[in-house]
Amino acid sequence: MSPPDDIDLTRPQFIGAKVMRREDPRLLAGEGNYVADIKRHGMLHIAFRRSDHAHALITNVDVSAAQAMEGVVAVYTGADITRLANPYQATSRMKNYQATFIPPLAVDKVRYVGEAVVAVVAISRYVAEDALALVELEYESLAVLVDPEEALKPDAPKLHDDLESNILAAREFARGEVAEAFADAAATAGGRFHFTRTTPVTIEARASVAEYDKGTRTLTLHCTTQIPGIVRDKLSEIFDLPGPRIRVIAPDVGGGFGGKTSLYSEEIVACAIARDLGKPVKWVSDRMEDLMTTGNAFDEIVDAEIAVAEDGRILGVKADVIGDVGAYSIYPWTATIEPVQVVSFLPGPYRIANYAARVRAVATNKTLTGAYRGVGRPISVFVMDRLLDMAARKIGMDPAEIRRRNLVNDDEFPYKAASGLVWDKSAFQACLREAADGIGYDELRREQAAARADGRWVGIGVACYAELTGVGSRIAVAPGMPINTGTETCNVAIDSTGAVTASFGLASQGQGMETTLAQVVAEELGVKVEDVDIVLGDTASVSHGTGTYASRGAVFGGGAGILAAKAVHEKIVRVAGHLLEAAVEDIETGNGDVRVKGTDKSMTIRDLARALYSDMGRVPKDMRDEIDNLEATKVYDPFFGTTTSASHMCLIEVDPETYKVEIKRYIVVEDCGRVINPLIADGQAHGGVAQGIGVALMEEVIHDKTGQVLTASLVDYVVPSAVEIPSIDVVHVEAELPGTVGGFRGLGEGGTIGAPACIANAISDALSPLGIEIMEIPATPERLFRLVEAAKAD
Amino acid sequence: MTAKISITVTVNGTAQAADVEPRLLLADFLRENLDLTGTHVGCEHGICGACTVLMNGDSVRSCLTFAVQADGAEVETVESLGSIDELGPLQQAFREKHALQCGFCTPGMLMTATDMLRKYPLETDDDIRDGLSGNICRCTGYQNIVAAVRSAADKRDGK
Ligand code: FES
Ligand code: FES
Repeated sequence: MSPPDDIDLTRPQFIGAKVMRREDPRLLAGEGNYVADIKRHGMLHIAFRRSDHAHALITNVDVSAAQAMEGVVAVYTGADITRLANPYQATSRMKNYQATFIPPLAVDKVRYVGEAVVAVVAISRYVAEDALALVELEYESLAVLVDPEEALKPDAPKLHDDLESNILAAREFARGEVAEAFADAAATAGGRFHFTRTTPVTIEARASVAEYDKGTRTLTLHCTTQIPGIVRDKLSEIFDLPGPRIRVIAPDVGGGFGGKTSLYSEEIVACAIARDLGKPVKWVSDRMEDLMTTGNAFDEIVDAEIAVAEDGRILGVKADVIGDVGAYSIYPWTATIEPVQVVSFLPGPYRIANYAARVRAVATNKTLTGAYRGVGRPISVFVMDRLLDMAARKIGMDPAEIRRRNLVNDDEFPYKAASGLVWDKSAFQACLREAADGIGYDELRREQAAARADGRWVGIGVACYAELTGVGSRIAVAPGMPINTGTETCNVAIDSTGAVTASFGLASQGQGMETTLAQVVAEELGVKVEDVDIVLGDTASVSHGTGTYASRGAVFGGGAGILAAKAVHEKIVRVAGHLLEAAVEDIETGNGDVRVKGTDKSMTIRDLARALYSDMGRVPKDMRDEIDNLEATKVYDPFFGTTTSASHMCLIEVDPETYKVEIKRYIVVEDCGRVINPLIADGQAHGGVAQGIGVALMEEVIHDKTGQVLTASLVDYVVPSAVEIPSIDVVHVEAELPGTVGGFRGLGEGGTIGAPACIANAISDALSPLGIEIMEIPATPERLFRLVEAAKAD
Repeated sequence: MTAKISITVTVNGTAQAADVEPRLLLADFLRENLDLTGTHVGCEHGICGACTVLMNGDSVRSCLTFAVQADGAEVETVESLGSIDELGPLQQAFREKHALQCGFCTPGMLMTATDMLRKYPLETDDDIRDGLSGNICRCTGYQNIVAAVRSAADKRDGK
């Protein structure tokens, strides 16, 4: 969108506008630059031989035949990488936490199927893969732990000999008098909930291209990461290289969803080999590797109970969470990130005075779990909102009504939730109200009654949630983590050609940040959106930044961008005041020009830059000494972060023949603060809900008793296609803006947080005549069939 | 290594001759030999559809097709649909409807949709969803992709 020529500078000009994405032309024309597209002169290809045992001692590694194969350049084992890379682990100051070392290539022992054991380097990927078959590995099997309840027993065999047990983290939360609350209850409800393991499935699997310049001793890693800054900082320690000599670049990245927010073994191995051989090397994951090795999601068992009064008020909630975190504690987030988040967010947007929860993160012989869209909160909401519906059924109250009675009211903010999190003002009640209006809740209830009278399984789902987004330095994204995720940097610079560049430590994986951040900076600076170049995903661009995760891009990027642009704007105004002979208060900028208000005196910012940088004499020396340049670097710390909230509602029908769940209507009403670009904001909700639907109905990573992954292809691990996802209505509530710079709240994860609970509630509602409550997801046709059969047998 | 086979494939209107191993995938031939990296590989086992190209006018999975099978054939890839500066009508519709986020599934979506638009009336949005059901997008929730194909179909039909 370009503004009209006769300038209307009414602000906001760009924030809130449906600006078409600048990323699109290159991506649509097939001219994107993804890691797999990168080629270098003399580039070699890496393939990994991976463990087919879930738990075993490596008794022999013989790489001689592979090494001898034509086209193979080198073969590396765990021992080789130990020589080339310092060991690392994800530490945390959290009490009762045990860190694990994560060997980039297994040494002595393998702990999950898919763990990399040997790396073959060859002239082509075809040859490298051929050579994998020639690597000879011998193992001695160890007892395999796939059941976290077995793994946490005191006498269970240990995955890591140096640790005290397989319990990598444990934590308890308590507020109020839970026992009394339950004693006073009109009704209690609960049971064992199971949220199975899923995996991100970005359509672009992970990839790395590493290069080492021997002359300058510089390592460059192009990789599919959401966290270039975190990767760079850790590689600096792993390879004893100073930051400036490691450059991590995330070019176009084909989706992240949290799966690309961890440091991965293959990235370290690629760097080690590039440095060792002095040659560019490339590794591109195939889908089977991706499904076996990319940080898995969720996987918790939650025993939970709710106590309510006759009027539906929540009296108390208790929960005991066992998180199956896989073989190692993932870097940098640690094994705590997923399961601890379940208990800290479980009270949700509701007023709960009495809460007791315990969580244990347990190591098993499975792929590591890490961050996936929503992290912990999809389960919190699943459990909490299922509990509410179960309690509502017992006291004969409508699900929307019980929520209305328990959601924190507008006059109660800031509200300290039962787990200690503080919600700043967010439209909890308005979201629920507008969702009910939007979907026509009362009418749907009447239609449902009619359908039910005809024996049809039609259900309505409701779920509400709150999440902290743009979390600042006050709280770490994962408890006790030693890295800073609470600030982000932006540099805005107008160079001697007059061009504007805004550089960030963030990275984009499809969120359209080149567009939204240009909107924000252009707005503040008074230039055209298309005249702001955005640099993302390159550690050479700012001195500190971590990346894009945890719904932080808009809050941090928008905030830092505004601060830096403001500082540059001030410099522009001062120089313009001199050049246009006017008071600085009378100077305004817009569409790339500076003007004296109410006059026709103006100049372009480009000319102003030339005057400052190049045409000596136009700006006096003392002013130049003071201004230096048209550039500013600012760091934004939102300190607490801000609350995003939403209500989801849906209408579903279960087919009595196939047990397939058809989603007929779906609405999301969210308060994500000020919307930068409605096209992109809606797209985030659509995609988030679609992933939530996958989690609710079909996606599940399945291991057999020996720890083999039974879902190592997209035939077996099913993600939704266009026929399973309905059209989704998205409404943004225009409530009071939060105190973040720019008034933005994060919105990337919400869809996935609300959808599993909403759909599980709808299915339970549909099957309530049979007394069925959905306690385990995904609610596959097979699970539903079994539940119905069991209910009928009763 | 196996003996190479000489093939000639017409890719986006240009005849391309090469000696290739019989096991070379068409996707790799396009991406590695011809530098046409617009065709993406998302699974290499025929499910995701990211690698979809048209071969003699029909959509095929280039990850399940050997380059030698394309000998003598006409292949169309995303690069044939338009350029950065001059997007074709379907690409333009994708842009206007915000039908892509990360863009990784997009070339496959565009080629599948091109095939659908050439061959089928696409009377309802369900027809479009059915047609796209062999292409996975993990970012968009499909809604805007359906809208983009609908818009292109309407234009095609002079609506
Ligand atoms: S790469 Fe060919 S279908 Fe997925
Ligand atoms: S746009 Fe990312 S997979 Fe479709």
